Amino acid sequence: MTAQRSRDGALEHLKREGRIVVVGASLAGLRAAETMREKGFAGSLTMIGDEPYEPYDRPPLSKQVLLGNAVAQHTALPRRRAIDADWRLGVPATGLDMAARRVRLGNGDEVEYDRLLIATGVRARPWPNEEEGALQGVFVLRTRDDGEGLQRALAAGPRRVLVIGAGFTGSEIASACRERGFDVTVAERGSAPLVGALGGVIGEVAAEMHRENGVDLRTGVMVTRLEGDPAGRVRAAHLSDGSTIEADVVVVSLGAQRNTEWLTGSGLGAGPRGIACDAGCRAFDIRGIVTDDIYVAGDVARSPHALFGYQFLSLEHWGNAVAQADTAAHNMLSESADRRPHLWVPAFWSSQFGVNIKSVGVPPMGTELLVMQGSLTERRFVAVYGYQGRVIAAVTFDNCRWLPFYEHQIETTAPFPPPFTTVDRRPEGNKPVPADFPDPSIPSHGPTITLSGYSPADRKMTFTPARH
Amino acid sequence: MRLVVDLNRCQGYAQCAFLAPDVFAMHGDESLLYNPEAAAEQRENVERAVAACPVGAILLELTDEDMKHVPTPDAVAGAAGSGGAR
Ligand SMILES: Cc1cc2nc3c(=O)[nH]c(=O)nc-3n(C[C@H](O)[C@H](O)[C@H](O)COP(=O)(O)OP(=O)(O)OC[C@H]3O[C@@H](n4cnc5c(N)ncnc54)[C@H](O)[C@@H]3O)c2cc1C
Ligand code: SF4
Repeated sequence: MTAQRSRDGALEHLKREGRIVVVGASLAGLRAAETMREKGFAGSLTMIGDEPYEPYDRPPLSKQVLLGNAVAQHTALPRRRAIDADWRLGVPATGLDMAARRVRLGNGDEVEYDRLLIATGVRARPWPNEEEGALQGVFVLRTRDDGEGLQRALAAGPRRVLVIGAGFTGSEIASACRERGFDVTVAERGSAPLVGALGGVIGEVAAEMHRENGVDLRTGVMVTRLEGDPAGRVRAAHLSDGSTIEADVVVVSLGAQRNTEWLTGSGLGAGPRGIACDAGCRAFDIRGIVTDDIYVAGDVARSPHALFGYQFLSLEHWGNAVAQADTAAHNMLSESADRRPHLWVPAFWSSQFGVNIKSVGVPPMGTELLVMQGSLTERRFVAVYGYQGRVIAAVTFDNCRWLPFYEHQIETTAPFPPPFTTVDRRPEGNKPVPADFPDPSIPSHGPTITLSGYSPADRKMTFTPARH
Repeated sequence: MRLVVDLNRCQGYAQCAFLAPDVFAMHGDESLLYNPEAAAEQRENVERAVAACPVGAILLELTDEDMKHVPTPDAVAGAAGSGGAR
């Protein structure tokens, strides 16, 4: 792209000596900072993060780390380039003054900005009963410290691990624990693992994988109470069907909550669903007016997507954090005519029970499902999701090389069912079946994509997280 | 030596596991597991894997020496932020 001269020189001034503050020093924050420097930003850059660590990668925490192939403390993200930032780590941002363009920190400091990027992500939803959640042996898994604690508990050789919630993270944890030979129970409130993210048909495949690998899978149940021993260690869990499970490690894996509380009262359009922003990553204020100096990226953002009817999407996906950070950083340092929309096609991967699960698009929008290639029973297949006569998403189990093709189908709003035949098409792929997603108004947890209507305030299509 | 693999982009070709088996390993047919902080003496192997990955999915951190000479954006492996599975 050719360098643009702004008429009033404000952009040049910003690039030369402006102040950019990034709140949330993780994947999105780091990648955005790198892009800013790449674009020639020479001013001051402040990175504020409440964790005391430099940016690290989370996906290994439920995979390599639990399998013992990597260490929780050693997943720091590689740098694409030096960013020459003023790092404020171990201190949270506690408030925002939009009029004065100031971020307040937990230690009383205040940092002024010309442009602000908010990338505060999400945190693990804690066990609702605080006292039970504080029992020794009860974990969530979101941070390096969580990973280290769980790694240590597993090294001690638990008699049984109970995983509460069978979304992606919970399933990966169960898988790693089985691989290491521990007895594992998984309790899931929905009808099957992954049902919120991939629907009931694929959920049934996931359930089979759990069972075949020796997981004691209990679906359609809730854990009602965790019980500790006199020393404050977790001993057992009580289920809604009246049964009891003895376990000395319990991992609460009930999805995530957006880190937006620090913005309460600031006037920014932030709430439990995240921070609404436009396709260019600019945050909305509570009046529905887009700001021009506050940007959002990563898990905390929700933004409208042209491919999905301009509904607001929140994505808890690694690739989204990277792509949105890049777009936000670009737009922060561009004239309005040079800004880009964040039009990334949602994509994620998961690895469990030795099977590589990948998806593109927005499966929860799908009403129908067609197995295009391979077979569900062999756990090697490509299935596409249809919505109003078009391809809206695809999922592969051990068949990921086909995914870019189906991504193209989604991008070009290709018709569903696809009018062509495919190699390795089986009888089960002759007719679409209902994708069988749970009714969004019925509580379930762990969808990693949330659709939340058409306006910054509209929340009619949300999935309500489980209250156990 | 830090590294990260963009597993959206990775298509399980296993080139990396072949060239740097102490750092990358296949898990099942298609899943890749890797050590995000590989030993320094693996650098040469990992650099070979970076170069040989058919989809350019491996991002290896720059050496201190590299860091001093600020790289151009396109010279950096895996820096392109294209979407989805590609
Ligand atoms: C165990 C696990 C496994 C995963 N596996 C996969 C996977 O297989 N595939 C996939 O696509 N995605 C996966 N993800 C999701 C992926 O890691 C996230 O999408 C990604 O981390 C999002 O990055 P982010 O920078 O937006 O947010 P985060 O990584 O959540 O970072 C936000 C940061 O901001 C900090 N912060 C919050 N509030 C404040 C405040 N007030 N002041 C200062 N700092 C603050 C937080 O502490 C955190 O450090 C996984 C996540 C986890 C936890
Ligand atoms: S060489 Fe590249 S595509 Fe192949 S497994 Fe390694 S990272 Fe994945």
